[in-house]
Amino acid sequence: MGWFKRSPWVLHYNATACNGCDTEVIVSLTPLYDLERFGIVNTGNPKHADILLATGSVNAKSVQVLKNLYNQMPEPKAVVAVGLCAISGCVFQDCYNVQGGVDKVLPVDVYIPGCAARPEAIIDGVIQACDVLERKHAERKKARKRS
Amino acid sequence: MNAIYDVYQSLSIPSRMLVFLVLAPLVGGFLAGADRKLSARFQGRYGPPLRQPFFDVLKLFQKERILVNKFQNFNIILFFLFTVFSGALFFAGADLLLVIFSLALAGTFFILGGFAVGSPYSHIGAERELIQMVAYEPMVILMAVGMYQVTGSFKVAMLVQHQQPLILFLPGIFAGFLYILTIKFRKSPFDLSMSHHAHQEIVRGITTEFSGPTLGLIEISHWYENVLLLGMVYLFFGFNPWIALTVCLATYVFEIFIDMNYARFKWQLTFASSWLFTAVVGGSNIIVLAMMK
Repeated sequence: MGWFKRSPWVLHYNATACNGCDTEVIVSLTPLYDLERFGIVNTGNPKHADILLATGSVNAKSVQVLKNLYNQMPEPKAVVAVGLCAISGCVFQDCYNVQGGVDKVLPVDVYIPGCAARPEAIIDGVIQACDVLERKHAERKKARKRS
Repeated sequence: MNAIYDVYQSLSIPSRMLVFLVLAPLVGGFLAGADRKLSARFQGRYGPPLRQPFFDVLKLFQKERILVNKFQNFNIILFFLFTVFSGALFFAGADLLLVIFSLALAGTFFILGGFAVGSPYSHIGAERELIQMVAYEPMVILMAVGMYQVTGSFKVAMLVQHQQPLILFLPGIFAGFLYILTIKFRKSPFDLSMSHHAHQEIVRGITTEFSGPTLGLIEISHWYENVLLLGMVYLFFGFNPWIALTVCLATYVFEIFIDMNYARFKWQLTFASSWLFTAVVGGSNIIVLAMMK
């Protein structure tokens, strides 16, 4: 068994969100919701993070940043798309510089719907991402044994 | 009350070191857990479980090992070894000066680890760590000097068995030591180089480029260091183990309380205030002691 379920560290990146989902991500750290009781820490450093929380649609400028952050995270890692814009691009999908949802760039594991996504939904999504981390960890272990 | 000393006396020096090696991470880990829980309660949150630091470290050891360059890990392993070494020396009852110098060496390797990588955040963190070290080191030395003036020995084994309460002779030194303890515990207002709390202007400072198992090793070294520092607090109240242990815990809670109530200082203020405080309370205590003789 891995320990990812007990201590997922989160990195939050705003691709091009309206700050609605970002506020909700921060709200889930406040006393009312208190993400830390699950051991979840908001790190702000990709090299310490397990889960990438991406909000907002991806545009031409933020593609590189998003890829860069993802590549710097050590394995196993999971990506969570927070909010409708991060899922599909929402009302911005036809804009000339918008490429669509986060899954156009990165392999997204969990989608959290809502405009803006509610803190309860975000907490639920991160907990589901923990299961993804555990699965990826088990796969890595198996692959290492085989080689 | 003397039962603790009897057990301590009956152990040989290598077994004292072994006891420290095994017990210190357990105690330090739970202290770190209590820290997070208490911090959360101070902020009106529920907080993570008491065992959370162990979960974190176990997870970190399961993460991928990313190396920016090989000197990075070399320095951190030396940092870990020297921290453990100074703690083991202290709890074996060896020379206090040797403990202090070896702890300073451990800190130096940590700084070198921060400088070994290219990240500007890491460099700023390492520079600030260096400033912090310059800020707290005089007070640590003064503590050893003051204890020598009272007891006539630098040996921890002698200091801890001194029959008179050291705190009565060294109130200024103790106050100064409490001041720099905030730096050593990496608490606000002195958590310039790295902080356990989220967002700050230099990302994670000196640990920016460390990930996975290396970061876990840094955490464990921090636990060892905390136990060693609380051991130094113990020395001031060595005449009665129960009072001493209570004061150690009270000191820890006090530091968390300070952490919750202060914003971060600038490095200039950190440096100037610690030297000023050291000179006033530490220096005057030493002078008064010298005049009493």
